[in-house]
Amino acid sequence: MFMQTYLAPLAPPSADKRWKTVEATARRYGREPHALIETLHTVQETFGYLNESALRFVAAALRVPLSRVYGVATFYHFFTLKPNGKHSCVVCTGTACYIKGAAGLLAAIEKSRGIKQGETTADNELSLITARCLGSCALAPAAVLDGAVIGKVGPEELVTRIQKEISP
Amino acid sequence: MTIEELRQIAETERAVQKKYPHRVHVCTAASCLSCGSGEVREALQREVAESGMRNEVLVKGVGCMGLCSAGPLVGVETEGRFYANVKPQDAPELLRHLDTGSETLETCPPGMPFFERQTRIVLENSGRIDPERIEDYIANQGYVALVTAITELTPHEIVAQIIASGLRGRGGAGYPTGLKWSTVAKTGEQEKYVICNADEGDPGAFMDRAVMESDPHRVLEGMIIAAYAVGAQKGFIYVRAEYPLAMQRLKIAIRQAERLGLLGSNICHTRFSFHLDLRLGGGAFVCGEETALIASVEGQRGMPRPRPPYPAEEGLWGCPTLINNVETFANVAPILRHGPQWFAAIGTEKSKGTKVFALAGRVNHNGLIEVPMGIRLHEIIYEIGGGIPEGKRFKAVQTGGPSGGCIPESQIDSPVDYESLAKIGSIMGSGGMIVMDETSCMVDVAKYFMEFCMSESCGKCIPCRAGTQQMYQLLEKITAGEATDADLALLEELCELLKNTSLCGLGQSAPNPVVTTLRYFREEYDAHIGGRGCAAGVCKATGKKADKQELPA
Repeated sequence: MFMQTYLAPLAPPSADKRWKTVEATARRYGREPHALIETLHTVQETFGYLNESALRFVAAALRVPLSRVYGVATFYHFFTLKPNGKHSCVVCTGTACYIKGAAGLLAAIEKSRGIKQGETTADNELSLITARCLGSCALAPAAVLDGAVIGKVGPEELVTRIQKEISP
Repeated sequence: MTIEELRQIAETERAVQKKYPHRVHVCTAASCLSCGSGEVREALQREVAESGMRNEVLVKGVGCMGLCSAGPLVGVETEGRFYANVKPQDAPELLRHLDTGSETLETCPPGMPFFERQTRIVLENSGRIDPERIEDYIANQGYVALVTAITELTPHEIVAQIIASGLRGRGGAGYPTGLKWSTVAKTGEQEKYVICNADEGDPGAFMDRAVMESDPHRVLEGMIIAAYAVGAQKGFIYVRAEYPLAMQRLKIAIRQAERLGLLGSNICHTRFSFHLDLRLGGGAFVCGEETALIASVEGQRGMPRPRPPYPAEEGLWGCPTLINNVETFANVAPILRHGPQWFAAIGTEKSKGTKVFALAGRVNHNGLIEVPMGIRLHEIIYEIGGGIPEGKRFKAVQTGGPSGGCIPESQIDSPVDYESLAKIGSIMGSGGMIVMDETSCMVDVAKYFMEFCMSESCGKCIPCRAGTQQMYQLLEKITAGEATDADLALLEELCELLKNTSLCGLGQSAPNPVVTTLRYFREEYDAHIGGRGCAAGVCKATGKKADKQELPA
């Protein structure tokens, strides 16, 4: 009885074609439990975040307990359980950026958009995220706006760039 | 693949490149790419095609040239000239003056100490070869060490050479690499693994990323040689998820090496087989610790376990596992090519070879440097780094990230090697080097690192989980100007406690930034507590506020 519920639900949560990509990752590793992190990465890459049905699906696909999937998904900072806004701004808070004014960048965005790090604006336009270190230390302070790295950026410039990105 | 076939590939590639009288290198590592070097490269290629110089000028995308703060960088290899901050519209001007050099474009002065003072072993190909073409690596002595090792040397001889070279782990702790290899090799014939630790989690460090992006085959070659030497059949490279370009280039490199029979089954037509796979990290600093990294490769939460047993005896899925850092593997091929004596002649008595540092912060030239062990800190900061900008005063240099310490001006003549840095309270670490000037408050810096360790603590052992939290709160109190001498005493006590009782390196070394700042900048702590406020003007503590608090008492 237990085994049945444990193994049975292999059908994706919806007819969405993107689940095929997730399936492919699980299959590539022979549905071995050690592929858990890789599979979660695929989910996040294709859907942008991990929701409950995705966690349940991955658990079933790799035959690992849901508790372990949830444990792993919440342990690693890279995974997010909430969807991001339409645009995202990642501010690097690595050591080099920190001493060159990353706090000023965060404060400027907080002031202009009314959101703190880890939050999304009410209109779902912008998410403000912080990163431990982007590895672009020579360009400190650095931020990533919708995937593009902006180096040696000042608070005002960053706020203007965000405005341009949201309403070009 | 035989040594003869390898030589042929190298000769063909060299002949193709020599055909061009001018070779222009565009940096395509992550830092320059983010400044627009991709567009510069396209503009140059378009201009070459349009002006009919197709047979004269080769435009090549290469790895990191080092001076990341002046990117995008373009080097005219044939003339030995570097252009800085190049824009796509500069392409015609640059190509018109290939022989004499342009006078209007920004160049790096010839003989600039930043380039001249370096000794390049790990980075010898970085900024010179196309990281996405295996032929270019082979044309620069690539895979010679591997093919020679597999066809002519026994595993035992290779381990002996690594021991003789005196190479030590470049991940931070400096454990002798040869000793680690021989421990794994001695476990007999069974399933074994080789793992490359590319989870460069230290904030302020980007050396491993540059090596993987600029010369991925060098890492693979080191790993394959290691696998042959210790008798492993399977390997993993554990890369941070934040490094997509490194990941992509490693993937290309693995495919290319497999196609040439340098990786996979029956390498070089021998019985030796080695399969390599990539693993994506999840952004957890603790996964740099080897047992936590193993747990993560197994698909679990990255939590460390007590050692012994060491991974060399019981690692991935309970099998003997060799874990080395990216830079350690990158040193292997040159050691076998030039011989262990050559390597042992570089550096100091106990720290051999070179070390790659990511120089950043309040220093004029930011970027990637490789220097011989034993170089003085002031040489790195003032000669290679070009000193402190805006006429500010040097205050401290931070090495080793959250596990390291802040080194003050009084210790700046100290040589850079494992023992000397440990003696002054810091560590070599993986190679992040952040320079700070008078605008940084050292108490605030200590708080910054403690916040980092607190949120990165995996939560398994209590000293680290609760201790970092307590220490952070005490530091918060100090920076707010609300602390007393008793708080400072408690902070010092907790430093000792964490160091002695934490389970893994993260907790044991978490107090280091506090310990070193207390040792060298105690007057700053006293100023925050005694009501004189924060001299750098960073913290909330101001002289006035503290005075007011003292009044009622």
